[in-house]
Amino acid sequence: MIVDLSRFVETEKPYWNELEKVLAGLDTDYERPMTLPEVQRLHYLYERCSADLANLDTFSTEPQMRALLESLVSRAYGEIHETRPPLRLRWRSALYAFPRAFRRHLGAFRLALLITILGCAFGWFAVRQDPQSKAVLMPFRGLMTSPRDRVAMEENTKLDRLSGVKATFSGELMTHNIQVAVFAMASGITWGIGTLILLFYNGVILGAVGADYIGGGQSAFLFGWLLPHGSIEIPAILLGGQAGLILAGALIGWGSPLPRAARFRTVAGDLFAIVAGAACLLVWAGMVEAFVSQYHQPVLPYTLKIAFGICELFALAAFLGWTGRE
Amino acid sequence: MTGATSSSLRIATPEGVIFSYRLATPVSRGLAWTLDAFVIAGTSYLLSRLTAIAGIVSIDFANFLSTVLFFVVSIAYGIVLEWRWRGQTLGKRIFGLRVIDVHGLRLQFSQIALRNLLRPVDSLPLFYLAGGLAAFWTSSGQRLGDLAANTVVAHETESEVPDLEPIAPAKYNSLLAYPRLAARLRSVADPEAVAFAIRAVTQRDRYAPSGRVELFREIADYFRSLAPFPAEALDGLTDEQFVRTVLRVIYKP
Repeated sequence: MIVDLSRFVETEKPYWNELEKVLAGLDTDYERPMTLPEVQRLHYLYERCSADLANLDTFSTEPQMRALLESLVSRAYGEIHETRPPLRLRWRSALYAFPRAFRRHLGAFRLALLITILGCAFGWFAVRQDPQSKAVLMPFRGLMTSPRDRVAMEENTKLDRLSGVKATFSGELMTHNIQVAVFAMASGITWGIGTLILLFYNGVILGAVGADYIGGGQSAFLFGWLLPHGSIEIPAILLGGQAGLILAGALIGWGSPLPRAARFRTVAGDLFAIVAGAACLLVWAGMVEAFVSQYHQPVLPYTLKIAFGICELFALAAFLGWTGRE
Repeated sequence: MTGATSSSLRIATPEGVIFSYRLATPVSRGLAWTLDAFVIAGTSYLLSRLTAIAGIVSIDFANFLSTVLFFVVSIAYGIVLEWRWRGQTLGKRIFGLRVIDVHGLRLQFSQIALRNLLRPVDSLPLFYLAGGLAAFWTSSGQRLGDLAANTVVAHETESEVPDLEPIAPAKYNSLLAYPRLAARLRSVADPEAVAFAIRAVTQRDRYAPSGRVELFREIADYFRSLAPFPAEALDGLTDEQFVRTVLRVIYKP
């Protein structure tokens, strides 16, 4: 128990000031590694201030002084008990973080793929059974005309529809698709229901478009149109879905002995790595969609566009499958 | 070990010390967010004016820059500022709020990114309704993004000792002649009551005379009930003077 509060403050204040100074230094230069004597001193100061805080409990009417000590102890506690390394932006580790996170949660990606395929099958089946349903399943003006008419129009047009707006179109595609990927991830917090719905609906649109164009005998146009950007865009949305399912897995915690907070802590870095990686892919996909995908035969032969898309898909698979393997 | 009530988050360290954070209320968070929204809108507007200069070369390119920069600012604003300012955006800084780790540990970049990336779900269907409902249901007032990132929003700790000179100037203090009673007063007085007394003294001129007399009588009665000072120690002290003397005993023994 503190008998003389004034003397207590007089004696301890220099240590509080010293701890404040050390913590301020860590705040401004958190990447600087501390030497062993510095770490020992920090630990000593932390323990001393902790003891002061405990002693101050006998003086419950010292809210400001208690607040000062609580602030110091809490900040020092965060520095001393934190075992996760601070973020250090190194290009190599940033590059590797994405594919490594992807591979660590391959099951979630497979599930995202499966849900999308189921959606595709549903969309395909619905349009083949009832062609009128495409107005409901894919309510986009550009897809409402018959595939044959659209292909004829695209191949015969002399005008560049996107002349003067290609970059703007590209920017809109990038931002919209990144929003979709982020939303697919964020929806994981609804126990994964939102993510599953989004992936399924994405699949339904793909399946419906596929059924419409392939059924209409326009397979070459469809693949030439979709593959250059779709070979990156669709996997990127699946990656967003993968992140959402990882989040949902951490929330539900099937078979994990860890508490919920620890489960979230475990996956937080991977979620960010995957979403950031997907966003980078979607920037590329946006550029390709605006500058390549919208140009058809005879401007760009379908075989060339399809080959380009397949090459992209292989490159992406190789990047995700092999980069940063240990 | 962590525990939370509706208003505070208490963290017990392995050293056996407990410290607490006062959790932010939905109102203060809402105000901070509103201010941030204005900052984002203002920054985006300024950037769009700047990017218009690129229209000299290409209007298409200027529109591209405007679209992308608005998106980048709206996503990166919270992430970058909370990372650089250790859990604060401009709005949070002005309203004295800070994002902290739910276990009191150092805030990680991935936590900041995650809580900000989950905003689209929190804001569903309108005006952060989902996030607000989550904050209502969780004991630490966490929105969905906070839940996933293991963060809470707390009031910044005020760490300055109040300046008592204007409200309780140092002069002869009759209560200090009774050190045991003075020590008891310091030990058992409720910090919130002390803070209330400081506010009452600081803002005394705002009260009507009759209300002021009533207020200080109630505060003085509370302090008298804690430590029964003898009559000679209180002789000649009005209720307000007694409260000022008590504050002096508490802060400057």
